[in-house]
Amino acid sequence: MNLIFAQETAAAIAPSSPLNDIWFVLVGVLFTGYVILDGFDLGVGALHLFTKTDEERRLMLNAIGPVWDGNEVWLVTGGGALFAAFPEVYATVFSGFYLAFILLLLSLIFRAVAIEFRSKRPEAWWRKTWDFFFSLGSVLSAFLIGVATGNIIWGIPLDGNHEFAGTFFGLLGPYPILLGVTAVALFAMHGAIYIVMKTEGELEARARGWIRNTIIFFVLMYAATSFATLLYIPRMAAPLQQHPWLFAVPLLNILAVANIPREIHLGQEFKAFLSSCAAMVALMALFGIGMYPHLVFCHTEPANSLDIYNAASSQKTLSIMLIIACMGVPVVLAYTVCIYWIFRGKVKLDQTSY
Amino acid sequence: MDVLLLSRIQFAFTVGFHYIYPPLSIGLGIVLVIMEGLWIRTGEKIYHEMARFWTKIFALTFAIGVATGIVMEFEFGTNWATYSRYVGDVFGSALAAEGIFAFFLESGFLAVLLFGWNKVGPKLHFFSTCMVCLGAHFSAVWIIVANSWQQTPAGYHIVGEGLHARAEITDFWAMVFSPSSMDRLSHTLMGAWQAGSFFVISVSAYYLMQRRHLEFAKRSIKVGLTVALVASLGQLITGDISARHVATNQPAKLAAFEGHYATEPAPLYLFGWVNENQQRVQFGIAIPKMLSYLTYGDANKPVTGLNDIKPDERPPINFVFQTYHAMVAIGMLLIALSLFGVYLWWSGRLFGEEPWVQKFVLPVMVFSVLGPQLANQLGWFSAEVGRQPWIVYGLLRTSDALSKVVTADVVLTSLILFTAIYLLLFILFIFLLNEKIQHGPETEKTPDEVHPVSPTELLDHHPRA
Repeated sequence: MNLIFAQETAAAIAPSSPLNDIWFVLVGVLFTGYVILDGFDLGVGALHLFTKTDEERRLMLNAIGPVWDGNEVWLVTGGGALFAAFPEVYATVFSGFYLAFILLLLSLIFRAVAIEFRSKRPEAWWRKTWDFFFSLGSVLSAFLIGVATGNIIWGIPLDGNHEFAGTFFGLLGPYPILLGVTAVALFAMHGAIYIVMKTEGELEARARGWIRNTIIFFVLMYAATSFATLLYIPRMAAPLQQHPWLFAVPLLNILAVANIPREIHLGQEFKAFLSSCAAMVALMALFGIGMYPHLVFCHTEPANSLDIYNAASSQKTLSIMLIIACMGVPVVLAYTVCIYWIFRGKVKLDQTSY
Repeated sequence: MDVLLLSRIQFAFTVGFHYIYPPLSIGLGIVLVIMEGLWIRTGEKIYHEMARFWTKIFALTFAIGVATGIVMEFEFGTNWATYSRYVGDVFGSALAAEGIFAFFLESGFLAVLLFGWNKVGPKLHFFSTCMVCLGAHFSAVWIIVANSWQQTPAGYHIVGEGLHARAEITDFWAMVFSPSSMDRLSHTLMGAWQAGSFFVISVSAYYLMQRRHLEFAKRSIKVGLTVALVASLGQLITGDISARHVATNQPAKLAAFEGHYATEPAPLYLFGWVNENQQRVQFGIAIPKMLSYLTYGDANKPVTGLNDIKPDERPPINFVFQTYHAMVAIGMLLIALSLFGVYLWWSGRLFGEEPWVQKFVLPVMVFSVLGPQLANQLGWFSAEVGRQPWIVYGLLRTSDALSKVVTADVVLTSLILFTAIYLLLFILFIFLLNEKIQHGPETEKTPDEVHPVSPTELLDHHPRA
């Protein structure tokens, strides 16, 4: 370890340090993991009320049953990594988006409560109430994640001390709302594919219809978002002009989305699900490419923006954290693969189900 | 109310509620390792039954611990942004290490613990149980390391000035092993073991009173009492060490614990009421010079009093005095109860027909579950309020650590929302817990009949082996 730390004394904050870039990518990887994994949980919740019978609703819940709270650990770890690597971003964004984040946290908790509670009593009114809250919590979480991302892309007002200088309602501009709806559409599509993969019979047939509708919904929203971004936020597209090979990323994105109906048609649900994951990776990559090296863009006074240098922890902390991540992240990935392997196959109800 | 007070109330409420659950997970983790270890060793089915039942309870506490823990992960940023900027370099790394090392170990092997009864062999399952238990302990390690750095900062230097000053790590291991971290870790872990073991004692005693699941209850209460005795005596030792080190590391806190004003040989109060205006303890009973003796091994050595601490650097005195003394009193009662319980067990009277055991001892044991819970909360109040007015002792004041852009009405809104939802969550917890306790352990079936029942009642859709 000493070898690695030795170089730190010489370079206090060198804007060329690879550690800052590495952590930009690593934080991105953690949040991409969260979006892919909890994305289908939230999507299943968004589609929950489109089911007809009680049995179908139980199948929906039990399809995500064994994995949803493990998926949320990615959010916790992502948050911890952001705090450690870029404390200025952690402080500015969470205090600036205060009410939005409190609502997100409460939505996530409420969703969890609804999953646990719903099937504990047989009365119809009881179950319908929790069904409603489960769906509401899921849609609200997805929407708020989109709105937060939208604000980061659009830019927020910051003062010279990196403090948020806007208001709660200022966060609800048209572009962030557009991104919020896009996130709901994306997660719903992702969730619909997951449901087709995990269920059979009538519910599977119904979910195939959802895939068709949610893909149309998502593609429309994606097109609208892309137009709005190109029109109003040209800096997001500038890196692609400078480095044309980066066009591979939006190309991958389009191909991945186009591949979903093809795989569904061929009966390859798992491949369709992987395509959906690839589309999400490409979207997050586009987000990262457009933002780099900024983490929070200040559109009122660009000099006040937070980037991977002025928001970062010391080189020493970044290198300690890198060692920790190199030890931990491969194991986290191994665990995630193992648990999905254990719970592969179609979901069936028994007396231990929700 | 001002934003400082509201933010402190919200943090105290959300972390206090959260802290009901992790100690149970840690303590029950130890109990599970012992029970399943006994099963592996003896092959007796009753131990398997016990491990299965307590795993269900474990999963319930774990689920709520995770849900409320997510809030804690982000609350430093939402409400304490200035603090986050100041300590991110140090505190953030401990928090991230917790996420990567502890949570993955816990949640990774938890899946095998819950769903793996039929999928893996007994030894691999036992290994997974040990790993979950270890993961729970690791999460305590990293969060106590982070919190201890707030109490006794070490291994850092301050970079920048004024608004832009922040602490940066100079020595990672000095930060991890800050002067108070190991004392506080051992004290916290013993408290967690008490929470788990008295929980087992409580439910088992309830079954014994009800004359239900007798064999199950007897074996469980024996495990519970053993762990409780070890943890309660351990608590006496770690508490003593902690208090002695507080005297040197945070003299203002120790002085507040005992309401000690003049720097002179100090008595040890059993109870009392600090009159902060007259600067003395009223209505109390004290052992003269005992605090000096306990702290320094010398009854005549003076203990730093509050008069030597600047008035604006003193914590709230009577509040800390009361929470600290209540914690100590409950700790003593728990030692007595675990000693007495073990004595009754050894003399064969705990499971006998004597009516006084049924009428008095078992009901006390049923309620004993509240003891560690109260003591854990009171102990944390003493430690954290005793640190005031500092958020990082001697470096950053709590009043300077707030989010600059968050206003009082916004915090009030979130506080009301948290209160409502946590109340619901608590009702859910009690409801589900009661359901599981009333249902009782599953009677053992032959191995190929055993369904891999998940404690959170999740579906297992795997083909039966």
